[in-house]
Amino acid sequence: MSRELISTGNDLCALASLEVGCEFFAGYPITPSSDIMHALSDTLPASGGAAIQMEDEIASICAAIGASMSGKKSLTASSGPGISLKSENIGLAYISEVPLVIVNVMRGGPSTGLPTRVAQGDILQAKSPTHGDYNSITLCPGTLEECYTQTIRAFNLANRFMQPVFLLLDETIGHMSGKATIPLLKDVKKSIVHREVFTGSPEEYRPYGVKDDQPAVLNPMFEGYRYHFTGLHHDETGHPTEDEQKCDDLLKRLFRKVNKYQDELELNEEYMCEDASIIIIAYGSVNLSVKEAIRRLRDDGIKVGLFRPITLWPSPAKRINEIVNSVDKVLVMELNLGQYLQEIQRASQKLDVYTLLKANGRPISPIEIVEKIKGIN
Amino acid sequence: MAFNYDEYLRTNKMPTLWCWGCGDGVILKSFIRAIDSLGWNMDDICVVSGIGCSGRFSSYVNCNTVHTTHGRTIAYATGIKLANPNKKVFCITGDGDGLAIGGNHTIHGCRRNIDINHIVINNFIYGLTNSQTSPTTPKGLWTVTAKRGNIDPTFDACKLAQGAGASFIGRESMLEPKKLEKLFTKAFTHNGYSFLDIFSNCHVNLGRKNKMGSARENLNWIDTITIPKNKFDKLDDNQKAVKFPTGVLHIDETIPEYTSSYEKVKQAHQNNSLVKLGD
Repeated sequence: MSRELISTGNDLCALASLEVGCEFFAGYPITPSSDIMHALSDTLPASGGAAIQMEDEIASICAAIGASMSGKKSLTASSGPGISLKSENIGLAYISEVPLVIVNVMRGGPSTGLPTRVAQGDILQAKSPTHGDYNSITLCPGTLEECYTQTIRAFNLANRFMQPVFLLLDETIGHMSGKATIPLLKDVKKSIVHREVFTGSPEEYRPYGVKDDQPAVLNPMFEGYRYHFTGLHHDETGHPTEDEQKCDDLLKRLFRKVNKYQDELELNEEYMCEDASIIIIAYGSVNLSVKEAIRRLRDDGIKVGLFRPITLWPSPAKRINEIVNSVDKVLVMELNLGQYLQEIQRASQKLDVYTLLKANGRPISPIEIVEKIKGIN
Repeated sequence: MAFNYDEYLRTNKMPTLWCWGCGDGVILKSFIRAIDSLGWNMDDICVVSGIGCSGRFSSYVNCNTVHTTHGRTIAYATGIKLANPNKKVFCITGDGDGLAIGGNHTIHGCRRNIDINHIVINNFIYGLTNSQTSPTTPKGLWTVTAKRGNIDPTFDACKLAQGAGASFIGRESMLEPKKLEKLFTKAFTHNGYSFLDIFSNCHVNLGRKNKMGSARENLNWIDTITIPKNKFDKLDDNQKAVKFPTGVLHIDETIPEYTSSYEKVKQAHQNNSLVKLGD
């Protein structure tokens, strides 16, 4: 059973946030993500939560992290320039292990770039949004339905892994309006993941004193479990330390808690790959043009398939390697000048892949894809 | 009987990282005494700090504590307070933290009049990072970035707070802990943004190069630039130009507090009406 509605990617993201139990939003106006703030400014207070337009992008992520530290499910949404401004505080959420969903509705960059036009130029920014070592979790919906389902998943992963999770929409999918078929609310409610809490005595509570591959256990504030958040390297109590071993343990645990459980994170779509002689690798809104092109090409007898990572980071490196080396020809398509291409080449150890890359604010049309494939076939 | 600070402190974090003779410890003690006099439970309190010597304040108090990034204390605290309107939220910043890198958040915290108690520990210098000019460094003083004397105009942070809309504004120095405790008690029970400009000494990184290398000399200087508001009001303009008034400088109980106003937004949704302001 499912629900059908007419909506946009941005509005579906806002709806999913509300339905997965988001209680707090803070943002700042920026195209093309503002619709998410518009929707939540209305729906969150109506459901007992809170949404606030802060004085700048930095303040908005700080307020969202603050609310999450206090125990509330929190969200912020922005676009490239805003994410750049938020980057320092994203680092604080990584090191202090505060769950947070960060939506980036991508537009053309760098700098102010192409504010109202589509791009996928923030793929590497999502992998490394701030200084220091940490491990990004980044999801990239490719359909309207996925704007809903991947938002739900982003909240669940943030609370499972206790860290920020990026949700990369783009201008096309964020603003695109159409029919979306989404899960029933009761099924969504059943799937909700809450953060773990410690129930023993406050004297025994060690928020960061967990096994070497586990996330911190951060109880809500104001419930008698007094502890300390800091952006400094810290010990098991959360207090600053410069102890060599403790600093080493902390950073390695932040890596291990994600790397060791990559199976929980990996999510790909493989479309008509079984008999394909050419495989396209693409993600996000680009996949819509690719699928249309594949249908046209198959009508002409050319066997083309699509491999689409939905979890971009950590990358499905093993599967990319298998896919790329299972066919003669691979075409990588991105709305940037080859950001995920680098990861595909690294994972497959194969440099000679074909590319169709565009970073001028325009989508890639099915006709361009058909011509490209016919050129290399 | 001597006042027992221990139940309010993380005693295993003592001694503090603050230099011998630093005024920050006096401010911490006055803070604790004010909380004690109000009978508040530390479980209901969140102390948020930024970066600088003042940033370590949060790690010493035994409650819910957050040590944030440089300048962003008020923004974090706004999220915590709006999400938990019935809890007590305190911000501890320095003059660089709260008035330079974090100046924008201070302005907008004041403007919203959200019920946050903002203590600026104002020592007129970037102490932790070794003597760079801060927005409150007086003109002419030596700093490591102005070795021939500071030319940057200094400013009165309380005037900024009043212009921005804070509904409680006060100033004291750590020279008079009893007055400080009294000011804190008043400010903490005020429903709205309480902006507190608290002068402290940094004889180590401000004083030594400015002929006040002992705590005592630095404090004497603070004494010469401060005067109670009732006496300040009687000074002529030339005299006022070199003094900072102390005590409660401004109270306005009529400005709506932000989280109370936000509750009205929630009610408006339930009643399907526009938000009712002014009641």
